[in-house]
Amino acid sequence: MRSDRLNRSPLGLKIAAAAGLAFMHVPILLIFLYAFTTEEKSYQFPPPGLTTQWFAVAWNRPDVWAALTLSVKVASIATAVALVLGTLCAAAVSQTRFFGRETISLLVILPIALPGIITGIALRSAFSIAEFPFSFWTIVLGHATFCIVVVYNNAVARFRRISGSLIEASMDLGADGFQTFRYIILPNIGTALLAGGMLAFALSFDEVIVTTFTAGQQSTLPIWMLEELIRPRQRPVTNVVAMIVVLVTFLPILGAYYLTRDGDQIAGGGK
Amino acid sequence: MTTVAENFVLPERRGAAGRLSDFFWKHPHVLLTVMLAPPLLWLGVVYIGSLFALLLQSFFSIDDFSGLINYEFTFATYRQLLSETNLDIILRTVSMAAVVTVASALIAFPIAYYAARYAQGKWKVLFYLGIMLPLWSSYLVKIYAWKLILAKEGIVTWFLAKVHLQWLLDAWLSLPVVGGNSLSVSYTGTFIVFVYVWLPFMILPIQAALERVPGNLIEASSDLGGTPAQTFRYVLFPLALPGIVAGSIFTFSLTLGDYIIPQIIGSSRLFIGQAVYAQQGTAGNIPLAAAFTVVPIVIMGAYLYMAKRMGAFDAL
Repeated sequence: MRSDRLNRSPLGLKIAAAAGLAFMHVPILLIFLYAFTTEEKSYQFPPPGLTTQWFAVAWNRPDVWAALTLSVKVASIATAVALVLGTLCAAAVSQTRFFGRETISLLVILPIALPGIITGIALRSAFSIAEFPFSFWTIVLGHATFCIVVVYNNAVARFRRISGSLIEASMDLGADGFQTFRYIILPNIGTALLAGGMLAFALSFDEVIVTTFTAGQQSTLPIWMLEELIRPRQRPVTNVVAMIVVLVTFLPILGAYYLTRDGDQIAGGGK
Repeated sequence: MTTVAENFVLPERRGAAGRLSDFFWKHPHVLLTVMLAPPLLWLGVVYIGSLFALLLQSFFSIDDFSGLINYEFTFATYRQLLSETNLDIILRTVSMAAVVTVASALIAFPIAYYAARYAQGKWKVLFYLGIMLPLWSSYLVKIYAWKLILAKEGIVTWFLAKVHLQWLLDAWLSLPVVGGNSLSVSYTGTFIVFVYVWLPFMILPIQAALERVPGNLIEASSDLGGTPAQTFRYVLFPLALPGIVAGSIFTFSLTLGDYIIPQIIGSSRLFIGQAVYAQQGTAGNIPLAAAFTVVPIVIMGAYLYMAKRMGAFDAL
């Protein structure tokens, strides 16, 4: 028999946990408040008045639209590349045994385990040594490198749950390798890939450190934000963009959570 | 009899896809190679190749007069790395990483413990999303939020004025080292933002370690007369330690490599990341930038070795 007293949490712990959670969320909520402020020149609190005019101003800014479009394009292509490479890696590691199998997991995790600045500067110097011009594609390549790990982690966790006998049964019933992949494996790993893809998209959409090294003249949305942070030109527009970025990244995270919540793994655990 | 035997072996498949499938079935190594070649070509050849090319450049030096890279093997760049100014940068970054790690562990522990032991059902989901959303939300937006908060005219000053504690902030800011003109240009500001941004990376591994501590172990400790403090000291803390070490890998490594946070919120004194950025960009001294990147790699290598010996990887 457990005593009830022990199952109730001590008050001090409750307060510390609640305060910790508040510390993590209040700053993000403040962004929402600042998007409506009438103050243009400073970060005054409390806001002297509230307005929605900045949403219209931001909507009509071509540079914001250009940065947003570029970010979405980069994130989509980088996610597609990461999906293919990450799934191939995960399938090879989980379905077969071969020499150097452990090294592959390490190799996949390395781009995210090393500080971003190292990955960024290494790729930058490699691109310039190879005389590969900095362009849209160098950004995509940089992003795909560290997005692979997210897809890989989600896919490996799901592959582990597919029983080998299911694949053998399909083969026994006369399906060839491609049919087995199409009708047995793909439906089983589909949601894991979707979740991994969403997280990879969120990761790429937000990445700034590697991007500053691999981008040429183009600015993605995070680069645009970084420039505003260093040299603020129009603070209200930045406030609105910041709020939109928060909303855009929340959706894939919630989606990924609902797709993998029944699983034995944590969708974002690999970041 | 023969008809039965014939039916056991299916005829060869027809069509390109069928024949390819049969071929892969008979030669699994070819299939494995085809599957592994694209990711290995990218990660193993291009990515690892660029890392090695970068490290190699740290053994070259830059010609002081022409500003061109001198492609001769030398330790001159490393001698330059160990000059007083650069050692200062390294020491500053490592101390910041250490303080940030300790502070994140202190804040993370109660959250992780509550989420692992007491949160049930709906609350468990709330805690999970409450940790995940800040983890994945935009890094720059989080920094921007703190720029709003720590600004002179921002919410911190407003709040302290309301409760008549303005003098406390002024006294803190007048202190040497941690102080400055306002919070957003002081080490205190840099420290707060680092802790804020890396906190979820500390919570998750601690929570994973604590989930594995059975509740009746805690009960047994109090049954045997342990006070809550003793239970924490002798039962809970040793079991959570691998998780704390695992989390500290992230907070330490991320702080060592970051160059954006100290640039936006902090004093003008450089951190390792900023030094790398400045050396490769405006100064054009790639060899010194490469030598600087070796510092976090070496520190993290030693750190990971220690962490592995403490069993931290099981908590990841």
